Amino acid sequence: MRVIRTEEIIQQIKEMCIEANYQLASDVESRVRGAFLKETSVLGRQILGQLSENLDIASADFIPICQDTGMAIVFIKIGQNVHIEGLNLEEAINEGIRQGYEEGYLRKSVVKDPFIRINTKDNTPGIIHYDIVPGDQIEITVAPKGFGSENMSRVYMLKPSDGIEGVKQAVLETVKLAGPNACPPIVVGIGIGGSFEKCALLAKKALTRNMNQPSDQEHIRTLEEDLLFEINELGIGPGGLGGKTTALGVNIETYPTHIAGLPVAINICCHVNRHVTRVI
Amino acid sequence: MDQYITTPLTTQKVEELRAGDYVYLSGIIYTARDAAHQRMYETMEEGGSIPIDLKNNIIYYLGPTPEKENQVIGSAGPTTSSRMDKYTPLLLDSGLKGMIGKGKRNQAVIDAMIKNKAVYFAAVGGAGALLSKRIKASKVIAYDDLGTEAIRELFVEDFPVIVVIDSEGNNLYEIVMQSS
Ligand code: SF4
Repeated sequence: MRVIRTEEIIQQIKEMCIEANYQLASDVESRVRGAFLKETSVLGRQILGQLSENLDIASADFIPICQDTGMAIVFIKIGQNVHIEGLNLEEAINEGIRQGYEEGYLRKSVVKDPFIRINTKDNTPGIIHYDIVPGDQIEITVAPKGFGSENMSRVYMLKPSDGIEGVKQAVLETVKLAGPNACPPIVVGIGIGGSFEKCALLAKKALTRNMNQPSDQEHIRTLEEDLLFEINELGIGPGGLGGKTTALGVNIETYPTHIAGLPVAINICCHVNRHVTRVI
Repeated sequence: MDQYITTPLTTQKVEELRAGDYVYLSGIIYTARDAAHQRMYETMEEGGSIPIDLKNNIIYYLGPTPEKENQVIGSAGPTTSSRMDKYTPLLLDSGLKGMIGKGKRNQAVIDAMIKNKAVYFAAVGGAGALLSKRIKASKVIAYDDLGTEAIRELFVEDFPVIVVIDSEGNNLYEIVMQSS
């Protein structure tokens, strides 16, 4: 049994909230910068150039990459041989978010109730997904999510007979509807299988996966490549103002499902696809 | 075409802008997003007066991050405009001449823009650090209690935007999708 104190968890989450909002993961950053070289639309190139410059300014002058510093999504995998001491874990995670958003000069974008929309003023609560796994470590991923793109995400409960073609249509329809609203170029996280809520969670997880590590299943890897190609043929382009660069990457996660179902969730993320993972 | 424009706008200035033009704005603009729009709208519907003079002015759909001690403003890029659609025709009918945001507008907004000769600009979404550098002064002038959603008066210099919908209703988002 290994003891981990919640002070350590608070500290790590605080730092991760800040890091995620000032510095993109290297796979995301290199795709944003790389797109500039491949784009042929004049306006598209101008916008991608601004995005690269924006990343430079964000890290040099310590200004958040985007003003929507998101709702803090936290994935926490707890080794079953870990004993957590100190605060209640959920309180500790929210304390980390609170300190990160305060000390990192991040925007407080959370309201207390979906109808009585009073800002909680510290960006809590976060959205926490717990997993119990073997081992004696804790792995934490913090993924601040902006809602311009979150609002354009969708869940489809397809029929098994819709197959891969049905999934492609659903994804392309979602991306088209998102158009300029989701701040293209986008990253597309897709969850296929499971149940209604499981596919949504898989889609969110897919967004946190390194885009340079495609699916290890061949038919899914092919689907990722095909979808990336087809999305970029749509012509939406950077800022929705036309061009080849509509998506930077497509990540798909799958799970076993019911004989009667083919659930598909498409979680759209903007180019500011933020995620930081650390292991304690 | 690249254009340099100083605020406040006029009908003449707006009529010269075409969907697809790259524009550098200088002068005073105001920020307002969801909560400020709702409050202004409700106040106007009740016959009250709102804290900004809309006539010939521009509203930027922005809720910035908090500024640090040596900064004018924090990260300051556009938010999605369609959430303001419900409130926008009334503001346009009351003199609002321009909007800066990102993403699509509904037909009611476009009709009100044509009727009132107004323009809709997009700023690049997700470039808030870069855009903050073109904001030279910022002060909260109303609705302080709304935090990031308060109304600010900004002074901008060569603030880069693109005309997406012009005063004749030409829509760059649709033009690029038709030609692809
Ligand atoms: S969708 Fe992304 S880039 Fe656009 S405003 Fe929201 S967080 Fe920023």
